[in-house]
Amino acid sequence: MHLRRRRHRPANPGTTLVILATALLAAALTGCSPVDESGSQPAPSTAGGTNACAKPTLHLVKAGRLTIGTDKPAYEPWFSNNDPANGKGFESAVAYAVADQLGFAKSEVTWATVPFNSSYAPGRKTFDFDINQISITDDRKKAVDFSTGYYTVSQAVVALKSSKIAGAKTVAELAGAKLGAQVGTTSLDAIKSVIKPSQQPAVFNDTNDAKSQLQNKVIDGIVVDLPTAFFLTAAEIEDSTIVGQLPAGGGTPEQFGLLFEKGNPLVSCVNTALGALTTAGDLAKITDQYLAASAGAPKLG
Amino acid sequence: MRRAERELLRRQARRRSGLLATASTIVVAFAAVLLVTSAPGWPRVKERFGSWPDFRAAFPDILTGFWLNVRIFVVAEVLVLAVGLLIAVARSTRTPVLFPLRLAAIAYTDLFRGVPTILLIFTVGFGVPGLQLHGVPSDPVVLGTAALVLSYSAYVAEVYRAGIESVHPSQRAAARSLSLSNTQTLRYVVLPQAIRRVVPALLNDFISLQKDSSLVAVLGPLEAVRQAQIYSSSHFNYTPYLAASLLFLLLTIPLARLTDYLAARTAQLRGPGGPA
Repeated sequence: MHLRRRRHRPANPGTTLVILATALLAAALTGCSPVDESGSQPAPSTAGGTNACAKPTLHLVKAGRLTIGTDKPAYEPWFSNNDPANGKGFESAVAYAVADQLGFAKSEVTWATVPFNSSYAPGRKTFDFDINQISITDDRKKAVDFSTGYYTVSQAVVALKSSKIAGAKTVAELAGAKLGAQVGTTSLDAIKSVIKPSQQPAVFNDTNDAKSQLQNKVIDGIVVDLPTAFFLTAAEIEDSTIVGQLPAGGGTPEQFGLLFEKGNPLVSCVNTALGALTTAGDLAKITDQYLAASAGAPKLG
Repeated sequence: MRRAERELLRRQARRRSGLLATASTIVVAFAAVLLVTSAPGWPRVKERFGSWPDFRAAFPDILTGFWLNVRIFVVAEVLVLAVGLLIAVARSTRTPVLFPLRLAAIAYTDLFRGVPTILLIFTVGFGVPGLQLHGVPSDPVVLGTAALVLSYSAYVAEVYRAGIESVHPSQRAAARSLSLSNTQTLRYVVLPQAIRRVVPALLNDFISLQKDSSLVAVLGPLEAVRQAQIYSSSHFNYTPYLAASLLFLLLTIPLARLTDYLAARTAQLRGPGGPA
C-alpha cells in the first residue's frame, strides 16, 4: 500500500503565500500615492508696497475672518471672565487692537481654543495667530514664527506668607525650596537655569494644579510670569505674597510674541500693526489699563 | 515499516511548516517596512520620532524618572496584593455575623473600580493635603501610590475572588469532613489553590499597574513620561516618548512571557482533563 499525500486544503500554501505578498505590496504601493505636502510654500508678501497688507490680500485660515487662538481656561489679567471675545483683559485688548489695525471689525474676529503646549509645536495651525503669554525663545522659533514682542515679561516667585521662602531677598535663598511650575513654560526654564534648586522642581499640567499644591503646602513656591503672580496673590491665593522677580536668564529680557505658523506671510503685516500701535501709544495705554499693578515687585538679586 | 513512514511524513510536514512560517514572516515584515518607509511623510516622522541625538540627550533624565516609576509600582504592587487578598477574603466569608464586612468589601470594590484611576489620583493627591490633617503624609509620590493601591486592589480583589470561587466545592466538603474550621479551610485548602490559578491574571494587573504609575505625574513628581514631555516640549521632538516606551517595554515584555510560561505550566500540570 503506498501512502499518498492527500490534498486537504483547497489551495496549497505556496499560493496563499503569493496572494498574501501581493496584497501587502498592493497596500504598500497605494500608501505611496502622492499627498499634497503640508506646509506648502505660501505666497510671499510683496516687499515694500503700501497695500501689501490690504485686508483682501491677507493670507488667512478662514477668508474674511481673523482667527485668533488662545488656551482654555483663559486666565486673568490676560483675559476676563474666561471669555476672550469680550475684549477685556490685556491680551484680548491687544488682539482686538491688532485686528482693528489690519481692518477687521470686532465681529469679524473668531477665537479658537488651542492648548498651550500644542501652539508652538510644528505643523499646520488652525488659527492665523495665537496669543497666550507665549514667550519668544530660539527653540520655539525653530518650529513657529513670532511677531515682535508686545510685552516684556519677568518671572516671579509666589509663596504663602507662612512659607520658609517668603522673606527671601536673593535667588540663592530659594535653592533649598521645593518649587513648582507648569510644564513647557519659560517659568520652568527659569527654575532650572536661574534658581537651580537642589530638589527637582514639581511640574504640573497647568497653573491651577501648581496653585493647589502651593495652597496644600506640598510645594514652597511657584514660578509664574509677573502679572499672573499679581493676580494670584491679589485674588486667587489667600495669604500669599510675591517673593520677588527673577533676573532674566541669559541676560536678555523675555518678551511675549504673537505666534504664527512657520512661513506665514501675515507676520509682517501684524508687525506693522504692532509698530503702529506702539508709536501711537495705544499699546502703552492697554498695558497701563490692565497691567498697572505689575511694576512694583521686588527684584531678587 | 508503517511507523517509519509515518515518522518520515511527520518530519517532512514539520519542516514544511517551518519553512512556510519563515517565508510568510519575511514577506509580511518586508511588506510592512515597505509600507511605512515609502509613505510620503516618513522622513519627517523619522526625524520627529526617531532622532538619535535627541534620544541620547533625553535618556539620562528619562532613566532617572523611570527609576521613580519602578519604586512606585513595586511598593504599590506589594500593597495591592495584600489589600486585594484581604478584600477578597472579607467578601467570601459566609457567616451571617460578618455581613457588614461583606457589605464593606462590596462597596469598596464597586467604588474603586468605578472611579477612573486618574480621578482617584486627583482626589487623593490634591484633596488629602488640602485637609491639612496631622500625621497624614502630603508627599505627592506617597499619595499617588496610595491612590493607585486603592484603585488596583479593587481589581485584584475580584481576581482573587474568581480564583476562590473556582475551587471546586468538593474541596471544602473534604476539608469539612476532616473537621477543619472555615478559617483553616480557607488558609490551607482554598487559598493555595485559588492563588495558584490566578497568577497569570495577577501578573496581567501588575503589568497594567506599571503603566499607570505614570499617572502620578499630574501631582508634580518627575517620572519617565513627564521627563519625556519636558524635553519634547522644549525641543519639539517626540523621540523621548519613544525612549520612555522602550523602557516600559523592557519590563513588561519579559513579564508577559513569564505569564505565558506559568499559564502553560499550570495547564500541563493540570493535565488534559481541565480544572479538578
